[in-house]
Amino acid sequence: MGKLKLIIKREFLAKVKNKSFIVMTFLSPLLMVGIGFLVFFLSKKNDEKVKHIVYVDEFKLFAKEDFKDTKTVLYSDYTDLGIEETKNKVEEGDYYGVLYIPKNDSLESLAESIEFYSKESPSMSVIGNLENRVELKLRNLKLDDFGIDIEKIKASKISTDIKMYNFSGEESSKLINGLKIGVGAISGYMLMMFVMIYGTSVMRSVIEEKTSRIIEIIVSSVKPFQLMMGKIIGNASAGLLQFFIWGIILFILSIVSSSVFGVGMTEIQTAKLSPEQVEAMKQASDSGVMEKLMQEFFRLPLVTIFMLFVFYFLGGFFLYSSLFAAVGAAVDNETDTQQFMLPIMLPLILGVYIGFATVINDPHGPISTIFSMIPFTSPIVMLMRVPFGVPWYEIAISMALLLVTFVFMVWFAAKIYRVGILMYGKKPTYKDLWKWIKYKG
Amino acid sequence: MNNLLEIKNVVKTYGDFTALNDVSLTIPKGSVFGLLGPNGAGKTSLIRIINQIILPDSGTILLDGKPLVPNDVEHIGYLPEERGLYKSMKVGEQALYLAQLKGLSKSEAKKRLKYWFDKFDIGAWWDKKIEELSKGMAQKVQFIVTVLHRPKLLIFDEPFSGFDPINAQLIAKEILQLRDEGATIIFSTHRMESVEEMCDYIALINKSNKIIDGKLDDIKRQYRSNTFQIGLKTTNTSEIEALLKDKFDVSSTNFRMLNEGLTLNVKIPNEDSPNELLSLLTNYGDVQHFLEIVPNANEIFIQAVNKNS
Repeated sequence: MGKLKLIIKREFLAKVKNKSFIVMTFLSPLLMVGIGFLVFFLSKKNDEKVKHIVYVDEFKLFAKEDFKDTKTVLYSDYTDLGIEETKNKVEEGDYYGVLYIPKNDSLESLAESIEFYSKESPSMSVIGNLENRVELKLRNLKLDDFGIDIEKIKASKISTDIKMYNFSGEESSKLINGLKIGVGAISGYMLMMFVMIYGTSVMRSVIEEKTSRIIEIIVSSVKPFQLMMGKIIGNASAGLLQFFIWGIILFILSIVSSSVFGVGMTEIQTAKLSPEQVEAMKQASDSGVMEKLMQEFFRLPLVTIFMLFVFYFLGGFFLYSSLFAAVGAAVDNETDTQQFMLPIMLPLILGVYIGFATVINDPHGPISTIFSMIPFTSPIVMLMRVPFGVPWYEIAISMALLLVTFVFMVWFAAKIYRVGILMYGKKPTYKDLWKWIKYKG
Repeated sequence: MNNLLEIKNVVKTYGDFTALNDVSLTIPKGSVFGLLGPNGAGKTSLIRIINQIILPDSGTILLDGKPLVPNDVEHIGYLPEERGLYKSMKVGEQALYLAQLKGLSKSEAKKRLKYWFDKFDIGAWWDKKIEELSKGMAQKVQFIVTVLHRPKLLIFDEPFSGFDPINAQLIAKEILQLRDEGATIIFSTHRMESVEEMCDYIALINKSNKIIDGKLDDIKRQYRSNTFQIGLKTTNTSEIEALLKDKFDVSSTNFRMLNEGLTLNVKIPNEDSPNELLSLLTNYGDVQHFLEIVPNANEIFIQAVNKNS
């Protein structure tokens, strides 16, 4: 076991001392935050530009209060100029566009014949906004026609929020479900990223040993299996360290940025959302929903989630990186890895797709359940299901299957590994790999 | 126990290909044992089996009379033909790591490394990365790493490749000194002149089979043809040549003799003593040159391989 420790230490140090590793460790969080800020400020700048929209209302239906100015859009009534003249004027001047409301017999046919002219194709949000305003006005007019009191309609508005409980008395709500989706999705996604980044780094490290020809010296001192495990564990530790540092830097940066610039990280994220969503979030925080969210978060079975996270994270990583190690051993250089990479990446990507497509809608549906059992997808899919509460026997089956497959795959990969590391020259085919597995010793 | 290593009936196949077919060898303690053979004969497979990198399909290997166990790697030092070091690792760190993998403690490894680095006068390389060294320099580091844990058995596969003649000489001297200090050495090479120079015993493997093994001198004796190269100072060359032709197998030879006279290769019957030829020659003139033609390792190698195939 002393040798395994030595190998782990060397692999860990070789990875951590690498310049690109150090640079990436400290640069990526800065880049991530930097890009976040950039997007935030750019979109803010973009919104700050005031759009000037004019309207020509030949029907004489709309009043100024139907087109209230906002911070970013100004409306002007150019009805008196007539549509042709207005168009000319808009084309030459600094205007965003013209909304043309022609004369018409009925509201229905009017609704079909409203037009908008602009120099460039207008943004979806501007058109959507105009449509909303027109629709609201027309609906109110129709209601008036039917003799319905608009005030009464307004007063009749009521919102419901069905409170959900399971039989053990746990309260749940859409909000909490959202939280669970978030926790699950982040864990699943993190696992995928981790496998992709550090699994391939295990592979590269195996290839490096082959191309530098040190491999024969090493395997005359240690068993190939020890070397492979040492590599996997060493790389995983380096990866965990990197993830940990990223987490800390992001945390510090978010605190610093929110205190220095007065911009919270949440605000950066909301920059990408539409104004309605921002509004909803604001309301949410006003009514103490954010606090509730935090409370709910701490009410989740965090210890269980964490333990399962660790299990599936390590299980999934070991399973995949042993395969990556086998691929690295089979080939001489990185360009030859392509044909063997696809079958490894496929289940990984499938896991993420299944997770986002089905677990979010129906965490306990048949597809989610099945794929949280299949070992190659289970680490990701099960991690996403766990916050919703999975029966213990399903977890037990899934864990057992993962463990058995893990042991089998490591054995399988070690077989390819021990033959492959001493093979040079010819690029192996799948048939060759099969032959290697059958070799004795 | 006079044999350090006994290889008994080792068979190794890769799929349909047989790399070693029932090979048995005994390697005496304290000897330099030359393992010879053309490319692809199975030498590397045999060496890997001794190093437990691969397992034989059948057959046993005894080290000091006991079957090999995984921990025996600590008693074996192996310099493979395909060698290299971690390019971006520093020389000292790397040497320490490899020494520790062979079971040395860190402090002991450091002490011994200092001794060897001083001996080869390469102490200044300690903090250099391997990629900054030349190939020959890296080979020196590699040699040190191979012998550092003072193994009972040292296996060198083409140890001189990559060395200039001066450094090759230095390494050859070190190898012989290690033997004198008690190590047993397996030495695999194509370079026959180094075999003559270094080996006490040899084994020749061709096409997965062992075709010759034994003490180098014995094998040479076996392959000698009782032929002598003679140089006679005389003015009567043609007459004497005709006389010798009647009695023996003679053929022309080529060496430089300072005096005018007869130069010939003379093969005498196996049971005859060379003294008879010598005394016969003294009747005809001054014997200036009298040398038995002993086949060198290279000739034995080529003869044996040709006979085998």
